[in-house]
Amino acid sequence: MSLAFSEDTRARHERMLARYPNREAAILPTLHLAQREFGHLSAEAIAYVASLLGFPPARVEGVATFYTMYNRKPVGKYHLQVCRNLSCSLMGAEHLIEHVAGRLGVRPGETTADGKFTLSTVECLGSCGTAPVMQVNDDYYEDLSEDKVDAILDGLR
Amino acid sequence: MELVLTTHFGNERYRFAETYEQLGGYGALRKALSMPKEEIVAEVRKANLRGRGGAGFPAGVKWGFLPKDLSRPRILVINADEGEPGTFKDRLIMTRGPHLLIEGIAITCYALEAHTCYVYIRGEFVREAEIVQEAIDEATAKGYLGKGILGTGFDLEVTVHLGAGAYICGEETSLINSLEGKRGWPRVKPPFPASVGAFGLPTIVNNVETIADIPWIVTHGGEKFASLGVEKDGGTRLICVSGPVKKPGVYELPVGTSLRSIIYEHAGGLRDGKALKAVIPGGSSTPVLRADEIDVGFDIESMQKIGTMAGSGGVIVIPEGTCMVRALSVLMNFYAHESCGQCTPCREGCGWLAKVLHRIENGQGRNGDVELILEVCDNMLGRTICPLADAAVMPAQSFIWKFREEFDGHLREKKCPYGNRF
Repeated sequence: MSLAFSEDTRARHERMLARYPNREAAILPTLHLAQREFGHLSAEAIAYVASLLGFPPARVEGVATFYTMYNRKPVGKYHLQVCRNLSCSLMGAEHLIEHVAGRLGVRPGETTADGKFTLSTVECLGSCGTAPVMQVNDDYYEDLSEDKVDAILDGLR
Repeated sequence: MELVLTTHFGNERYRFAETYEQLGGYGALRKALSMPKEEIVAEVRKANLRGRGGAGFPAGVKWGFLPKDLSRPRILVINADEGEPGTFKDRLIMTRGPHLLIEGIAITCYALEAHTCYVYIRGEFVREAEIVQEAIDEATAKGYLGKGILGTGFDLEVTVHLGAGAYICGEETSLINSLEGKRGWPRVKPPFPASVGAFGLPTIVNNVETIADIPWIVTHGGEKFASLGVEKDGGTRLICVSGPVKKPGVYELPVGTSLRSIIYEHAGGLRDGKALKAVIPGGSSTPVLRADEIDVGFDIESMQKIGTMAGSGGVIVIPEGTCMVRALSVLMNFYAHESCGQCTPCREGCGWLAKVLHRIENGQGRNGDVELILEVCDNMLGRTICPLADAAVMPAQSFIWKFREEFDGHLREKKCPYGNRF
């Protein structure tokens, strides 16, 4: 197996394990660490997490596929996740999604040819008072307009 | 007006322990540690503090469900999954006043004799989780958490646990399964978490806002808290207002404040001189209200009396000119996406609701489709392990009951009269 955590991640993983009464509870946090380290959760990454925690890969895969934030396929350097729920839709999210899709030349769910951007539509991000909202990797961008999104995308080049 | 939570939220430094302490923070914990544990629980009961996550169950009563014997360790779990569309208040607490939450956790764990607490934060809230973790580290360094809190023999370990994108994990038994490293499938109750919860141990799951209210209750007393609200529903609530209003945002208001004043006074009314068409009062799962139904107090019982719910305080304002079929279609896409798939009526029902609404909205509806939706609703309501199916049914039924003409109009004209967009 070629995939492995870096020294630093391994140390974080050890500290994290101490917070839980068993290794099963560490599955979600370990998957988070793996996704950060490896970019996405390939079959190989799932197998690595499973071996690290002492479970069959199917046990870990069953969890990974349940939660939307675990990416089983590669995503771009910037993962644009635009909320499409009601409060955001009332504030123009549908137009915004079309605008971003048009600008990047991809449909939701797709990644640009240069591997830089993946566009996804997501359900409520819990920031409805500053709708429309988009999450890019770990950060929220709020009160969006087409101009504002253009400026954000320009900054991410 | 007396505020419980947000008085200092405008202060950028309030999220740091030093400023929090200077403004009186952790005084309630010191007081609590000198009180008999049962007295703290009694004050919370007197406060009429109802759970702020949506179900509105009295917090003190929930705590009372823990088994009396202490042979099995107890666990407190904070529900910071904040997933109910229209709700964005716990995020505010975690970013502006994380020590309110931590102080509440310390007091609650002391009162309930729990030495372990997990804060389950939705996975998208990476930055929020960082702030909470930073606050936990500060509190630990200052002796408010960890071994022998403030020189007492009381130990408490608090761990931040990130979710990974699943609305269902806001339901407490699903959250517990998720915490245990499983798929977020709700559990059949009984047993209730208070007897068999996380890791098989007695567990209390409380919402962030509920626990953040605890320090104030300890400082000022349960009766004072109760007096801020209405009978059987005490205190203030964080009301989230979204949609095209002039001042969307979170407002801390006494329980019982009228919905009309929330929309027109606090949130400034609608933008661009638009009229109000409808309001979803307590998050997307609560039955919709027409514009003429908003003269109602925002409290659990008043909302129940008019057939809706205060829920998690997520007021979604819908302006004139909005296609209600499209609005409902957006919501049903959400429930279809988020049904965990465990119970057939929900897994299939949510999918069909979304599908049929989609075709009505796109001019391909068939005669009888509205009745079909209502029939699907009947086959879902109350027939599943958790309330997600009900949460989809309540908006579906209420949108149709209150705006039937729009659904029929789509079928008649074979298109969306609003041009198929927002």
